[in-house]
Amino acid sequence: MADVITASGLVKRYGEKAALDGLDLTVPEGTILAMLGPNGAGKTTTVRILTTLLEPDEGTATVAGVDVRKDPSGVRALIGLSGQYAAVDEYLTGYENLDMIGRLYKLGRKQSKARARELLERFDLADAGDRVAKGYSGGMRRRLDLAGALVAQPPVLFLDEPTTGLDPRSRSGMWDVIRELVAQGTTLLLTTQYLEEADRLADDIVVVDRGRIIAQGTADSLKSQVGGERIELVVEHADQLDQARGVLAGVAVGEVAVDEHTRRLTAPVTGGGKALQEALRQLDAVGVTALDVGLRRPTLDDVFLSLTGHAAEDGEDGTDSPAPTTKAGQQ
Amino acid sequence: MTATLQPSAPAPVAAQRPSNPVVSALGDGVVIAKRNVIKIKRVPELLVFTLLSPIMFILLFAYVFGSAIPIEGINYREFLVGGIFAQTVIFGATITGAGLAEDVQKGIMDRFRSLPMSRAAVLFGRTASDVIINVITLVIMALTGLAVGWRIREGLLKALLGFAIILLFAYAISWVMAWIGLLVPSPEVVNNASFMFIFPATFIANTFVPTDGFPSALRFVANWNPVSSVTQAGREYFGNTGLPVPDVWALQHPVAYTLIWTVLILLVFVPLSVRQFKVAASR
Ligand SMILES: Nc1ncnc2c1ncn2[C@@H]1O[C@H](COP(=O)(O)OP(=O)(O)OP(=O)(O)O)[C@@H](O)[C@H]1O
Ligand SMILES: [Mg+2]
Repeated sequence: MADVITASGLVKRYGEKAALDGLDLTVPEGTILAMLGPNGAGKTTTVRILTTLLEPDEGTATVAGVDVRKDPSGVRALIGLSGQYAAVDEYLTGYENLDMIGRLYKLGRKQSKARARELLERFDLADAGDRVAKGYSGGMRRRLDLAGALVAQPPVLFLDEPTTGLDPRSRSGMWDVIRELVAQGTTLLLTTQYLEEADRLADDIVVVDRGRIIAQGTADSLKSQVGGERIELVVEHADQLDQARGVLAGVAVGEVAVDEHTRRLTAPVTGGGKALQEALRQLDAVGVTALDVGLRRPTLDDVFLSLTGHAAEDGEDGTDSPAPTTKAGQQ
Repeated sequence: MTATLQPSAPAPVAAQRPSNPVVSALGDGVVIAKRNVIKIKRVPELLVFTLLSPIMFILLFAYVFGSAIPIEGINYREFLVGGIFAQTVIFGATITGAGLAEDVQKGIMDRFRSLPMSRAAVLFGRTASDVIINVITLVIMALTGLAVGWRIREGLLKALLGFAIILLFAYAISWVMAWIGLLVPSPEVVNNASFMFIFPATFIANTFVPTDGFPSALRFVANWNPVSSVTQAGREYFGNTGLPVPDVWALQHPVAYTLIWTVLILLVFVPLSVRQFKVAASR
């Protein structure tokens, strides 16, 4: 598969500070690359360089084979951009916003109008389409902005935090749209602070910190970098901790961690469900009552923490308290 | 390049753009101008600024100053209106600067800059929509002027020439404001900066009173101020004459002098603004 987006050795300095410090990435055709990184990592800077809004100090980048520095207008004809902050004209209606963009993409009058209506429909804005965007909620603006990026059906899309500020329903709607686009062959680079989003959508993930890529791979390969599965067990009574530790040590492939305060034991295992069954059987045999037991895989949260040394900025529920893949209730 | 994209990839619709870059840039300019005109309808302050303040200016000056400023050879109100025309449309150029600064601030400029459109079109469209605002303003001021005693004495054709030269000069000033708007961080700064510049520029001139009474240094500045020459050119085309014209080349040849300034301003500020547009980044 051809690489539709490539960047190599991108450097961008602001004064002394390097926003990008030798960043490389590639996105094969028809795939999604998610850039994951804490605030100030350089995600937006990367997107702005790839979309010709900013010139890098060093390095090269191409989009569909077109060099962003040598032929920026060639690149602009191929891309759609939805920036981090919704670029919506507040004084125009949603419809007028999209029609204006269509006309600037040189769609014919009829085609542009039809496309605007179609996108409003698709992004759940049909009813609000003829209202001035000043009265739109944050989520509506966000959706209108994204619709703007899709007006000309560009083969390459850049979405800078496309679902920040969306409610769960709009977010999953957005995910559906994104999957649909990629199924049609669109190549997509998106930045996100939501680990779950990267996990669910992306073919490949790059973790950025301080202007560099510090890890790269599929969600699964990144997770296996921080370790495999583990059994987490919470016992009912503190005096059962030792017994439970004995049992888990038998099935674990490494050291069993014990948190006396929460009565929680964590044991790295291989073999997943089999190991869990075995542990449960033995616990039952020795009469240990489990309050909660489950097999957990590392989440991107763990990846992120272990790689960057700081937690992702994350207001999302669900991502920071991952559900165990198998959960056995009280025995 | 695009050949590497499989047929399953949606064809970039933008590939259908017209081949002639000038035609396509003009089209872009029209789209942007239309957008700015829609904004006039939707922003009440802009509408007030465009429609009401010129009426207020004419009435205030005509009745407040008009009664206190007797001048020989012409009715003061007839003299005054040409000056107010010039001042108001020059102030109107501020809309260009403030509008551009707002677009940069709100990230809309980034949207435009990521589209396969002519970059100059954003600026040409913007300044063109100022001309539309100024035409509306001039019509309203002319009607108000006629009501308070201003007259067109040289025929309609010459009067139209008078309006044209005022609009042309204001258009050049729009480009100065465009440059300022792209240079500064917010629309408020544009407003403040331009008032600092436009107030003296439009008062140290023959706009409200003849310059003969000015102290000599001020009189020199006023007589060579292009705001004076554009006002004088307007007055001559409207036939609002009767006062002796100062013996200064600029005012003896007001049309030529105004056109020279217009061309010079455009030659300097069009390229400056286009360049600034390329670097103006939001945030
Ligand atoms: N115009 C600018 N002037 C000075 N510094 C800048 C500028 N733009 C970005 N930076 C700096 O460059 C670094 C990278 O910024 P960037 O916006 O790319 O981060 P980000 O990963 O998008 O962060 P966030 O998640 O907060 O959006 C930051 O430290 C930022 O302060
Ligand atoms: Mg960012």
